[in-house]
Amino acid sequence: MKRRHIEESIFKALMIGSSGLVVGSLGLILLTVIAKGAPALNLAMFTQTPKGGYYLGKEGGILNAIVGSLYLAGGGTALALLLSLPMALYLGSYVRRRSRWASIVRLALDVLWGIPSIVYGAFGFTIMAALGIRASLLGGILVLALLELPIMTRAMDEIIRMMPSELEQAALALGATRLETTLHIVTRQTLPGLTTAILLAFGRGIGDAASVLFTAGYTDRIPTSLFQPAASLPLAVFFQLGTPFPEVQQRGYAAALVLTVLILFVSFGSRWLSARLGRYAIR
Amino acid sequence: MPALSVVEGNDAHIQVRNLNVAYSQNPALKNINLDIPREQIVVIVGPSGCGKTTLLKSFNRFLELVDGAHISGQVLLDGVNIYDPAVDVTEIRKRVGLLAQHPYPLPMSIYDNVAYGLRIHGIKTELDMDAVVQHYLEVAGLWDEVKDRLHTPATRLSLGQQQRLCLARGLAVEPEVLLGDEPASALDPISAQHIEQRLLELKQNYTIVLVTHILRQAKRLADYVIFIYLGELVECGPAHEVFEHPKEALTRDYLAGTF
Repeated sequence: MKRRHIEESIFKALMIGSSGLVVGSLGLILLTVIAKGAPALNLAMFTQTPKGGYYLGKEGGILNAIVGSLYLAGGGTALALLLSLPMALYLGSYVRRRSRWASIVRLALDVLWGIPSIVYGAFGFTIMAALGIRASLLGGILVLALLELPIMTRAMDEIIRMMPSELEQAALALGATRLETTLHIVTRQTLPGLTTAILLAFGRGIGDAASVLFTAGYTDRIPTSLFQPAASLPLAVFFQLGTPFPEVQQRGYAAALVLTVLILFVSFGSRWLSARLGRYAIR
Repeated sequence: MPALSVVEGNDAHIQVRNLNVAYSQNPALKNINLDIPREQIVVIVGPSGCGKTTLLKSFNRFLELVDGAHISGQVLLDGVNIYDPAVDVTEIRKRVGLLAQHPYPLPMSIYDNVAYGLRIHGIKTELDMDAVVQHYLEVAGLWDEVKDRLHTPATRLSLGQQQRLCLARGLAVEPEVLLGDEPASALDPISAQHIEQRLLELKQNYTIVLVTHILRQAKRLADYVIFIYLGELVECGPAHEVFEHPKEALTRDYLAGTF
């Protein structure tokens, strides 16, 4: 009897401890980034591009990286959505539950999810080199779309599969076509989850450094066309932390802080949006 | 084989001819032949797993949604085989409505739940919509409870109200046949009674086919009874005949509660 009580306490401690560790490490990361980055944070960081080069310059801001990242991740997410939504709706509500084709597609997506982003970057770079395309906003967007696609699709797929099939049947019983059922009922019911999937993929895309390293390049300027290189926040962190100058390093931490806060906003925004969009959802 | 016609003559609304259904090789319905009379309540009874719901779902082609279901034979709706490849399945489901066991309102407002079917079929213009929505909510006996909150989510309603909303939604697309798969079984007694009352009123204008395993409910509602056991049609006929003078020994045993 006593041994079972001890087991209980050990495992309970383990569970509480590991959950605490997760929350604690988030707090610690935030603290570190704030402590190291906040002193270098000023209005110029948000409103100006780097002066004297991002690698050496100690003046100006990281507007190039902020705008570049938003362009890259926004474009990549939009492009991924264009393919993900039809694919997830197809997997979730068009094919039969035990379809072999669907499981092949899901397996492919899971493998793609696991591929390291540097491999995506290298793959994208190889193709771009073969086509004669230089590192550019377009290249970065394409590779980020590829990186985000499996995450977004699988997240959407899981959400749609959780939907009770009776709900689809309710619409079909009224004489709705498959497409009407999918577009009017499935998307409406799963809208909060779909939004979360989109923002999850966006968060993954905006935070990734390796995939855009070769494909989007880096620049001090804000791109004005799809064919110009684009800066990004993860690479701003990477390059600036790599310099021998403490002042520039501090600017790297400031860039990390901006990126972290951006991702926090995306997370909170996704929760807020999910709650709002779920008003009509059937539980 | 017992006499298979529920009614003589041509007044059958639905005719089932040599219907066989199997779920991946396992037969669920074996050579069913019967006639469903127009504008009456027909109740399908039988123990669980005997094929009641399968038979019901063959009337609106819902069996096609089941993985591995194999269907042969004919189901004639006003003389036209609904399984004919030339027949539009959405048209069949518009004519043959379904009230499911558990109410699932659509993820939209109370108003839009009723209006949805009208919109997809292009039945009414938005100008007439208010009146039509009100009409069917009244028929379903829900109007007085929801008239002040038509644009709130349907999920805010109680389960019993949701089932009446599903009834209104189904009636709004103007079906001729109404199928009910134990439509009151998930509800509290008062809500169940409410639904039963509505069905008794609706048989003036609709052919109603219900599945139930509650014999007392069958006795309250049925004009005609179909008794199915292990995928076979054992007996069918006017309710008072089947309940009071069953012809088959199996029916007698079932009614006596022997199994």
